[in-house]
Amino acid sequence: MIMNQLAQSPYRRSARWLWIAPTVFLVLILVIPTAAIVLRGVTLEGFKAVLNNSAIRQALWFTTWQALASTALTLIVALPATFVLSRFAFTGNRALQSLITVPFLLPTVVVGAAFLAVLPSRMHYTAIALIIAHAYFNLTVVVRIVGARWEQLHPGIEQAASTLGASPITVFRTVTLPHLRGALATASGVIALFAFTSYGIVRTLGGPARATIETEIYTRSVLIGDMSGALALSVLQMIVLTALLWWWAKRHRDKSESAQISVAQRSPSTRGQVALVYGIALATAAVVFAPLSALLWRSLTQSTTVNTRFTLAGWRAVASSTTLSAISTSTLFAFCAMVIATVLGLMVALGVAYGSTKFVWLERISVLPLTVSAVTIGLGILITYDTAPYDFRSAWIITPLAHSLIALPLVVRIVLPVVRQIPRGLQSVASTLGATPLQTWLTIDRPLISRAIGASAALAFAVSIGEFGATSFLTRRGSETLPVTISRLLTRPGDTLRMQAYALCVIIVVISMIAIFLIDMFRPNRKVK
Amino acid sequence: MLALTDITIHYEGRTILDNASLSVAPGEIVSLVGPSGSGKTTLLRVIAGLEQPSQGTVIIDNKLMTGIPTHKRDVGLVFQDNQLFPHLCVFDNIAYSLRIKRVSKALQIEKVNEMLSLIGMEDLARRDVGQLSGGEAKRIAVARALVADPFILLLDEPLTGLDAELHDRLLDDMGALLRARGTTVVHVTHDHNEATRLSDRVVDVRTLGQPRSQLQ
Repeated sequence: MIMNQLAQSPYRRSARWLWIAPTVFLVLILVIPTAAIVLRGVTLEGFKAVLNNSAIRQALWFTTWQALASTALTLIVALPATFVLSRFAFTGNRALQSLITVPFLLPTVVVGAAFLAVLPSRMHYTAIALIIAHAYFNLTVVVRIVGARWEQLHPGIEQAASTLGASPITVFRTVTLPHLRGALATASGVIALFAFTSYGIVRTLGGPARATIETEIYTRSVLIGDMSGALALSVLQMIVLTALLWWWAKRHRDKSESAQISVAQRSPSTRGQVALVYGIALATAAVVFAPLSALLWRSLTQSTTVNTRFTLAGWRAVASSTTLSAISTSTLFAFCAMVIATVLGLMVALGVAYGSTKFVWLERISVLPLTVSAVTIGLGILITYDTAPYDFRSAWIITPLAHSLIALPLVVRIVLPVVRQIPRGLQSVASTLGATPLQTWLTIDRPLISRAIGASAALAFAVSIGEFGATSFLTRRGSETLPVTISRLLTRPGDTLRMQAYALCVIIVVISMIAIFLIDMFRPNRKVK
Repeated sequence: MLALTDITIHYEGRTILDNASLSVAPGEIVSLVGPSGSGKTTLLRVIAGLEQPSQGTVIIDNKLMTGIPTHKRDVGLVFQDNQLFPHLCVFDNIAYSLRIKRVSKALQIEKVNEMLSLIGMEDLARRDVGQLSGGEAKRIAVARALVADPFILLLDEPLTGLDAELHDRLLDDMGALLRARGTTVVHVTHDHNEATRLSDRVVDVRTLGQPRSQLQ
């Protein structure tokens, strides 16, 4: 044991410098812009004006109740699927789990558009449409968090309750539910947080009448020029978000997460069970598929009051110069964001894992972007870098930089645990065999973490392709990204524009699916012994 | 020849080794014995350059090693838990040091095959190291350390954790292999029996701090 404490990583000397670039990046793109919002936004008059404004009060109220309603609906829709997926082994179990993850990884604008495509037009721009879309987006949160806990409940415990005379409903109420309570609370917290800060879905599906705090910040700062109101709202949003995240962190600290063994799933045995399992599985699959196929259908059809006819007008319009430029802009931005986030994330991971123990702060600050909403990041950059000599607002690189900021914590989360898993002994062996520190890194560590790097790069790419919150503040004419173009096309009247928007959504869905496939393929599964 | 002079190691206010001195002649096999925590593994890591002593000198092949990093010391170290590279197959694990030293492909193949036949594992060249048995993994770890003919081979509890029959067989095989190649070896173990069977000289690490005359 003493040996391990004494052992020095061969990289320790080089790792000393790894903190510089990520820290400079976080200070410039996150800390200074956020500080600018706080400094300019915290005025008594500003808050008074905000709280006295009835439109803002309405937005606050709407944000809160739709978040709660979205959480409730998500639980109702997701629990049957969670039950089936965590308790039964059946053909297609893994495929269904992956399928349910898809909505969560789709750009929010596309999710909004998909519900415009699948819901009847009288439901467009209503609160219920918004809540349904939020439930769709967050299905996987319940399946992952509650499902993991459900898998650990030994069927014998429930069987014991039955033998003691409890009916199935009593078993669920007295045994199953108490076991799941913590996981249900955690999942609800996450969903409420996402619904509270939802932006892309609200902008697309909510319409002007359904304003949440996030869209209100956009409206005030970009559309009507009430910057002080927007800043005060931003600060308010930060306070709520910080409080929620503090509660979340506290919850997780209190509970030492003991690794428990998952109980083996059983195959559905009776005819009733088979019907139940496949019925729920198929219904869930249909729920996930319907909005996505509606996108494709709507991109190819034009409906009049009399009939529906096929047309390629939407897809032909995609070939127009503006949309083609949006595709190339998005690809360029995503590529830049992928490179920046992966390189910086790798530097954080290597600095924390190989540097001295005092580098733990680097890990902590690298998760900071998660505590600030994308809209706040966009607004902060907008107001910080708009005056000479720091007028970088019109520089194209500012958008990919914002995207890399959002992707950075995800990259660190994927790469750091894998770097930490590499036994130090391997590095010692390599150096006794004559490898220099650089050769050791290239021949031992790099191959062992390459899959994690691949997965995080694909994720950073997917995040950037779909990013809408920060981008909507930073976008410039001539360098619109795909989500911005889709959002603009959907607000304009005209069937062709709408079909064109749906066609672009289909393109993004395909790109995202490829990214998801790559993430899954690269997922670090090679256990280091 | 290997010479350690007055090696002292302090860690967190505790003295792990105090003025330890030891010399090993070329081709000699020396076993260091002593209870856990007596500093035998630490001494091995000091020879390899994986730890820096608070005081004292290490001389390998008449060269003072102070400030020389591990990769330039020409030592081979076999770890108790082997530490085979999990992403490389058996062949590539053994070939690692040759590849690092940019030895030609043809010579790599020749040397690795020679090692594989010496340890009787020719058939397993392309095997994933995760699929090896305990005994096989140990042989590969020894072969990997020996393939580039290091000036000195360091064995850190190499046979701990193996069942008795396998332990004895590997001990004899390893002894024969090392003697046939004339390798200079420092072997660390807590097992006196193993030490006397393998080595030319057994040294209790607790006596290393005494004046050198008493060690002779």
